[in-house]
Amino acid sequence: MTDLTSLTLAEARDGLATKSFTSVELTDAHLKAMEAARVLNAYVLETPDQARAMAQAADARLAKGEGGWLGGVPLGIKDLFATKGVRTTACSKILGNFVPPYESTVTAQLWRDGAVMLGKLNNDEFAMGSANETSFFGPVINPWRRDGSDVNLVPGGSSGGSASAVAAGLCLGATATDTGGSIRQPAAFAGIVGMKPTYGRCSRWGTVAFASSLDQAGPIARTVRDTAILMRSMAGYDPKDSTSVDREVPDYEAAIGKSVKGMKIGIPKEYRIDGMPGEIEKLWSEGAAQLKAAGAELVDVSLPHTKYALPAYYIVAPAEASSNLARYDGVRYGLRVPGRSISDMYENTRAEGFGAEVRRRVMIGTYVLSAGYYDAYYLRAQKVRTLIKRDFEECFAKGIHAILTPATPSAAFGIGEKGGADPIEMYLNDIFTVTVNMAGLPGIAVPAGKDAQGLPLGLQLIGRPFDEETLFSIGETIEQASGRFTPTKWWA
Amino acid sequence: MSVDAATVRRIAHLARIAVTDAEVPHLQGELNAMLAFVEQLQEVNVDGVEPMTSVMPMEMKKRADVVNDGEIVDAVTANAPESEDHFFLVPKVVE
Repeated sequence: MTDLTSLTLAEARDGLATKSFTSVELTDAHLKAMEAARVLNAYVLETPDQARAMAQAADARLAKGEGGWLGGVPLGIKDLFATKGVRTTACSKILGNFVPPYESTVTAQLWRDGAVMLGKLNNDEFAMGSANETSFFGPVINPWRRDGSDVNLVPGGSSGGSASAVAAGLCLGATATDTGGSIRQPAAFAGIVGMKPTYGRCSRWGTVAFASSLDQAGPIARTVRDTAILMRSMAGYDPKDSTSVDREVPDYEAAIGKSVKGMKIGIPKEYRIDGMPGEIEKLWSEGAAQLKAAGAELVDVSLPHTKYALPAYYIVAPAEASSNLARYDGVRYGLRVPGRSISDMYENTRAEGFGAEVRRRVMIGTYVLSAGYYDAYYLRAQKVRTLIKRDFEECFAKGIHAILTPATPSAAFGIGEKGGADPIEMYLNDIFTVTVNMAGLPGIAVPAGKDAQGLPLGLQLIGRPFDEETLFSIGETIEQASGRFTPTKWWA
Repeated sequence: MSVDAATVRRIAHLARIAVTDAEVPHLQGELNAMLAFVEQLQEVNVDGVEPMTSVMPMEMKKRADVVNDGEIVDAVTANAPESEDHFFLVPKVVE
């Protein structure tokens, strides 16, 4: 039998349907791979008993021909999604022992459709980071290494565990969340596919909140088709999230294989930043050439407020985070560090429970919302956000179907290499992805090539609101032209 | 704009995060690096621009004003660091 962990999600689904193997066999193969890959630190909690029980239940339903859309498919779940009865921490010490008595809407929909949970995946603490180095459980290691090197690289972040596990064959797909690039940047660093849907497409209920006007759940998987399959389960209206959108969920998989002929692809000049490595430029122009060869029309476009997206994000996101994270007070759940008064107890709990990056962002958020500074910082940033969104609206009004950009300004870097002295150095990782969150648009990262050291690089496609289907069609065209990227197994 | 050491302590207190005197200079440097980074927003002309309140225009759904959840006090207090008789326990607040 072929290695069941090297199948795509679509192949596994078809194999289960034709009874070439069972969900228990498929799940066991993944549990074994997870055990052998613990050095990657992708999972913060393995749930083998629950996985086997879910796989047995899925096999029983498959036998009756009632498997469901994802019947028997084993997945990894980012530790930001509340899972009933299974520890959920957002990879923060402050939630270290939290066991939710409820299930997030997104994961509930995956289980509704028959998927199997393998465990909880590592991420940056409260999804704040771009290298998965801020996790209380320690950094995740990227399965990719530079040619001829044994230096460990970051998988990107914040969904670093999701990206590492998917790329290393430790699950067939994973849930992830994206506030400024946390799905697309790690997908690009690991040579796989990540989709950040339109704001409101997936329910945020039961997902640990970071910045509520930017947070959106989405899938990471090894192919564009696999990502589309997962999206259909994850998306949908939820009365428990007032910002989720009541709109029919299309069969995203049907968009795969659709021709891009005649589509207008915008190439924004503002993404050609100073000091951009030549290989990123080359990747971008080759991707554009692939789409042109497939019959798409390339159009030069301008998004003049692009450079202001990252600074505006570093006001809006910390401001919302400072408000959202006020709930961690040592009273109702999570860590409590005693103090002489209740105020001391709050301050001691939050000082010990939050890591350095989270403390920094909560403090900057508190400052920009404080009396006398609100107008100068927060209000201005929200106005700039309107301008960023307007840039995209004007571009799409001209008939542009999607915008092509690089996903990241570089390939994966070494653990501890960036942001030690200056946090801004780390933040610049999200320079191409953060605009999409600020405007609430869908974006997909698709692997498109390698750098000179053999590391994968990704391209990003930005779409019109609720037009994820076009991104899947175009993304698959790039995938077909570029091929797939699989790391050499050094860890087992 | 930049923050001084006293402001760092004030922000930390507002955020209910204990900081030691030794941490203040480092935090001050980091916060000022972030404030210097966002300073470029001052050059954008935002005259007459509405601040964004909802990234996707939509009408807020309303629901009937009925009780649709509750009677789950065990679940609500299950994760409390300290609780007694379904109450959350905190240090004494009123003398």
